[in-house]
Amino acid sequence: MAEERRFRSASGAPIALRRRQHSASCRELAVRGPRLQLRSLSAATSAVWLAAYGLFALSENSMVLSAAIFITLIGLIIYLHFVKIDQESLLVIGSLGIQVTSSYASGKESTTFIEMGQVKDVVINEAIHMQKVIYYLCILLQDPEDPQGVSEVVPLFQSSQPRLDCLIEVYKNCQEILEQRKTAPQSS
Amino acid sequence: MVLKVFFPSCCSSADSGILIGRWISEQNSAVILAVVHFPFIPVQVKQYLGEVQRVTKVNVSVLGSWSNSKQEKEESLSEFLEDLGTIFCHEPWIQISKEGDSKFWSCSTLQKHLKDPQEEEIILVYYDQRKVMLSHLHPPLDTSGQRAEDASKLSAIFDTVARSQVLFMTDRYDEGPIKLTHWQSDGVEASIIVELLKQASVPACMLLTFLLSLLSGICRSRVLKLWPLSFLWSKLSTCEQLGHRLQHLQVISSNKKAQNQNQLMRKANIFVSLLIDVALGILLMSWLYRKNRIGHLADTLIPVADHVAEELQDLLQWLMGAPAGLKMNRALDQVLGRFFLYHIHLWISYIHLLSPFIEMILWYVGLSACLGLTVALCILSDIIALLTFHIYCFYVYGARLYCLKIYGLSSLWRLFRGKKWNVLRQRVDSCSYDLDQLFIGTLLFTILLFLLPTTALYYLVFTLLRLLVVIVQGLIHLLVDLIDSLPLYSLILRLCRSYRLAAGVKFRVLEQQDGKPLRLLMQINPLSYGGVIQTYRLPTYSCYPRDSWASLCKKLFLGELIYPWKHKGDKQN
Repeated sequence: MAEERRFRSASGAPIALRRRQHSASCRELAVRGPRLQLRSLSAATSAVWLAAYGLFALSENSMVLSAAIFITLIGLIIYLHFVKIDQESLLVIGSLGIQVTSSYASGKESTTFIEMGQVKDVVINEAIHMQKVIYYLCILLQDPEDPQGVSEVVPLFQSSQPRLDCLIEVYKNCQEILEQRKTAPQSS
Repeated sequence: MVLKVFFPSCCSSADSGILIGRWISEQNSAVILAVVHFPFIPVQVKQYLGEVQRVTKVNVSVLGSWSNSKQEKEESLSEFLEDLGTIFCHEPWIQISKEGDSKFWSCSTLQKHLKDPQEEEIILVYYDQRKVMLSHLHPPLDTSGQRAEDASKLSAIFDTVARSQVLFMTDRYDEGPIKLTHWQSDGVEASIIVELLKQASVPACMLLTFLLSLLSGICRSRVLKLWPLSFLWSKLSTCEQLGHRLQHLQVISSNKKAQNQNQLMRKANIFVSLLIDVALGILLMSWLYRKNRIGHLADTLIPVADHVAEELQDLLQWLMGAPAGLKMNRALDQVLGRFFLYHIHLWISYIHLLSPFIEMILWYVGLSACLGLTVALCILSDIIALLTFHIYCFYVYGARLYCLKIYGLSSLWRLFRGKKWNVLRQRVDSCSYDLDQLFIGTLLFTILLFLLPTTALYYLVFTLLRLLVVIVQGLIHLLVDLIDSLPLYSLILRLCRSYRLAAGVKFRVLEQQDGKPLRLLMQINPLSYGGVIQTYRLPTYSCYPRDSWASLCKKLFLGELIYPWKHKGDKQN
């Protein structure tokens, strides 16, 4: 079953959190950021072409115009494929692990899977960034040598940056599944 | 606890039978490798599995039953399958059944020895058997020394499938007591070309080894180790590069099979790199020799050398006058300027003496570009070094003179203050000088001090020229290094067969139905291109800067000679 709720990101943009429960020990939480707006795209393209036309009027060299078109196309492709993240999702499968996926505007998906044995805990941390205090959700990885130690901190939802209310929802869902591995008896 | 069943997607349409695979008890997961069809004799199955276990060292056993009924559920079959559980006793006994073409299978376990069997959740994970078998899992680069018991759970699964290759050799169409279904059942894959290449590679390797041993015997002969020749070989970068490539050829042509994945990839990378290098070199050669471009190059070489010499002469005339408005000591200026001008004159005469032979020499040297693009680039770098030899000489003269002056000045400055350098104790001590010693010392100090600007200027100019040449040579060597160390085979593999180089796995949740187990699809997450380059880089005879910036500046200030590039064979001083 899927439910969707609206929240706001740290910078005020509207985001949506979708929660799906596939089974008793498997949940998927996806945060969708705002889509690419047509007006900002057209504004950027027109600005570049106006500048190029101005240069062309000054220098009478038609290479400037073709270079501007080339730069716009390449810049758009790079932006859609490497920069603009549409959706970030967290798939928690109890007893297997946690999978973090970022989907870009061009359709590319970059996935990382962390095994349950390496996950120590999922916590909400606060950080001071410039003049703001922001909250972020992160996965703490177990240090193989030191059972009490943390070897790495993996921050989640870095591009959509949800606010605390959304993070608390996600945190509660994750903890419900992580609790199960503590209550389950260890097999020999 | 949750039970995880890893089911190969190729067995989804197999007929009913029993499941064989490996049970990993510490993870509570079952990795299913194949399905054995009816009819079979249990004793023969156990015998076969024992043999497989012995050969592959993988704990293969019968894990459960699989029923694929095209029509409605057959009651007798399910009873029969439960009875099988008593013959092949395995805890827990997994029963998977599929009805018709439904995607949603029912999966249950039979646990006999637990007194109160709990309803445990079952997760069904589909995996592509062929891809998992061929793939190689790369551990994260920052972990060092993973102990065996810490090995990640996923690597256990990959390991199981990879080591069970002998199980996949027989399938249900073979005549034999056991009829299996696994990934080969869709059609045994083999390539005639690959097999032919494998057969042909053995005599080719032996021939190559013989030729290489002859070649290295010649290289090691005493004649070539005489002093002037050995000095020449060590200075020419072409010889280094050729030696490096010879080493690579020896690695490829060795008869021993590669022990593990890393060695295999390294051999393949060296082979592809050599091939591309030679192909590019031949391309370059054909471009140079078409339309006699090499003749044109040789024709322009002498005028370029003349032009450089003229520019140097102009520079020296400028230095001998009043460069940048600075007033030089006329006598010293004239001496140094005339000395360097005479040197240039000698150099030009030698170049002109050589000019009729240049075209022929260049023509033959250009032929060696067929050994590879890297060799051609090294030859270019050596030609630049030879053509700018006079700049190197000027730099050495200027540096020596300047160095002498600086040391003289520093020791006379100590005399000025009444101190002396104690060589025994390596420190500065006070010393009482005689009056005439002091007088002469002060005179000499004054002379050296006032002659300093002239010498310093000559030194500065020639050092800058020398640094320019060094930078150009350095860029060429950087390019050669790049071509040498790029793992092309790994990059092409990552592009075309990305499942072979795995950084991890990713799971996709398939359609679910209530009451049925959770269905996941396990896919291979390929290594990033940066990770591929970092893992499989070929080592080179790296010429990295020997000095840090601070010590380089100090050496320049004191006038010590700088040799900016360090080769791996150099002794540490």
